[in-house]
Amino acid sequence: MKISVVITLKKDVLDPQGKVIHQTLDGMGFKDVIEVRQGKYFEIDTKETDIEKAKTKVEEMCKKLLANLVIENYKIIDPK
Amino acid sequence: MKSSVITFPGSNCDRDIDVALKKFGFKNKMVWHADAELPKSDLIVLPGGFSYGDYLRCGSMASKSKIMQSVINFANSGGMVMGICNGFQILVETGLVPGVLLRNKYLEFICKNVFVKINNKKNKFFGNVDNEVLEFHIAHNEGNFFCTKDQLKEIEDNEQIAINYCDKNGKIAEQFNPNGSVKNIAGIFNRKKNVLGMMPHPERMIDISLSGEDGSIFFNNLINNLK
Repeated sequence: MKISVVITLKKDVLDPQGKVIHQTLDGMGFKDVIEVRQGKYFEIDTKETDIEKAKTKVEEMCKKLLANLVIENYKIIDPK
Repeated sequence: MKSSVITFPGSNCDRDIDVALKKFGFKNKMVWHADAELPKSDLIVLPGGFSYGDYLRCGSMASKSKIMQSVINFANSGGMVMGICNGFQILVETGLVPGVLLRNKYLEFICKNVFVKINNKKNKFFGNVDNEVLEFHIAHNEGNFFCTKDQLKEIEDNEQIAINYCDKNGKIAEQFNPNGSVKNIAGIFNRKKNVLGMMPHPERMIDISLSGEDGSIFFNNLINNLK
């Protein structure tokens, strides 16, 4: 089963890369952009067949390694 | 005095700190990250470099290394631990010191000499240093110290700020902040002040023919404080 996780920076954390991407988009003519925040995306293929158990494990992975909760939030996406 | 330097895959300042520690009288041992046990030590150093290629977040993989559980236990029982540059990033990832190190504010790798003001001398790392300001070297891409407002309050209330970026006279201001760190923080302690994480490299300033001697002041003082 594949579980996906999206990690994003918390609201108050400065994201200089997102800022530069925003400026570049602006320079390319995408004038409607209000803000860009860069994050990370993981696909975790697990042997676990029970969705809830798999999600619980992935949540533990997020807390212990994938995200740093001082600056990042994580969101686990339900497998299709 | 006995010291141990942990080498992770991708560490590249481990031999520099080895040279520095030995020069000032430490009997130093190099320890591989996959070892489980630490040799008997008065000081553990996590060196600079690019452990695990800085994958995921700088220091995050190394913080889960086998040896790190022993380092955490050593620190929690009052042992002296110092993390320099990538070693500082590893320390924040273990939670031994608060905060995180983000990408530098202006997205540049910074490699230059900086001045730092010693903020707290009531500890074995900086106690008895006569100078108020030291000149060290920095070389990093992710040295932008960040913490939440609550953490900052705790850090300040417990006098955990070790050193701040400043000018040569010790003036702390935004124009002397190379990387965007909160409050110009260049190094911090844990609550008990037996763990120090700092971005500057004192081991690069131990010979006048290299770049300076202020690292010599630091190491001379450190070994005397540990005796």
